[in-house]
Amino acid sequence: MIAVLALIVGVVLGVVLNPTVPDALQPYLPIAVVAALDAVFGGVRAKLDGIFDDKQFVISFISNVLVAAFIVYLGDKLGVGAQLSTGVVVVLGVRIFGNVAAIRRRLFKA
Amino acid sequence: MSDETTKPDGPDEPTLAHTPAQPDVPEPAESEPAVSEPAVFEPARTAQAPAAGTAGKGAPAAAQARRLTGAGALIGLLLVLLGFTLVVQLKSNSADKAYASLRQEDLVTILADLDAREDRLQQDIAVLEASRRELVSGAASRDEIIKKAQERADDLGILAGTLPAQGPGVLVRLEDGSKKITANHLLNAVQELRGAGAEAMQIDSPSGSVRVIASTSFVDVDGGIVVDGVRLTGPYTIKAIGEPRDVAIAMRFPGGVVDDVTRDGGNVIVNEPGTVDITTVRSAPTLEYAKPVS
Repeated sequence: MIAVLALIVGVVLGVVLNPTVPDALQPYLPIAVVAALDAVFGGVRAKLDGIFDDKQFVISFISNVLVAAFIVYLGDKLGVGAQLSTGVVVVLGVRIFGNVAAIRRRLFKA
Repeated sequence: MSDETTKPDGPDEPTLAHTPAQPDVPEPAESEPAVSEPAVFEPARTAQAPAAGTAGKGAPAAAQARRLTGAGALIGLLLVLLGFTLVVQLKSNSADKAYASLRQEDLVTILADLDAREDRLQQDIAVLEASRRELVSGAASRDEIIKKAQERADDLGILAGTLPAQGPGVLVRLEDGSKKITANHLLNAVQELRGAGAEAMQIDSPSGSVRVIASTSFVDVDGGIVVDGVRLTGPYTIKAIGEPRDVAIAMRFPGGVVDDVTRDGGNVIVNEPGTVDITTVRSAPTLEYAKPVS
């Protein structure tokens, strides 16, 4: 409940404040968002499974974002930024799909 | 608990292994903050929640409630951040969908493509401009040639008598006096006019008009003069285009046309009407044998 409210607050803040993304963050923000989404879906799944843990969620959220951004940063430095961020997005996408599938199975028993 | 990127497999299994022993107590804690017990709080922090909960039913709930203030706030904060960045990213992506979100190497590739394309287009421009210049100068010189040829054709047409002409000149009227005007008189007059620079001539008479050209012939016949096969009767008017004063003076030379005709009993009137119109034309002869030498 609080999580949903927080998400809505964030969205509203983003709409109201309407900031621009600084250039330095441009390549990392999308990946970070996807990584955070992965963490959120994982958290929802854990919640439904009854094994949700605050600390683990927080840590996984932050580490997800940081690791994703770091991988992209490293890729940029190595000259394979585009490929690596594609790879990260693919991996995160697979994980999100898995989590969503688990959530679906739990909610709809199907 | 599959939410970690780096070590997803490790924690997943252990936590799942722990949970069977533990009922679904931790979750409701989020919505119902209960009594806080600092004593139990510490172990709950250090170990995983389920592990701490094994001690009893009331303790983990309390721990969860306690943790809500810290970790829950953090979770809320993170989710606020997530929503915020999500919207920001969506907006910035839809705002400048073209190039702003591209990375460096992509931009470099695009730039190289554009450079190559620009080179090609510049070459095209150079080629097209060159051909344009060629065409323009070609058209100009073609126009010039056509103009010159037209002028030449006009000159020749006037000389050959195939074109009507107009210009300053004189009218020389030869009238029969006590004696008739003869072919000799006419020929004299024409030659004198030519000598004075007349460029085009025409002889008018009541019975017809003849354009005078290089090959014009004069033959005396009974009651008139045949000029190029046309029978003319007096009075004769010679229209000549040329410098009017020169021509008029040439007519009046001592021993010239005027003298000649008046001595033979005729009468000559020289007029300078300003503009003379020569309207009679001949058809151009078709050359059968002579061919131009190019």
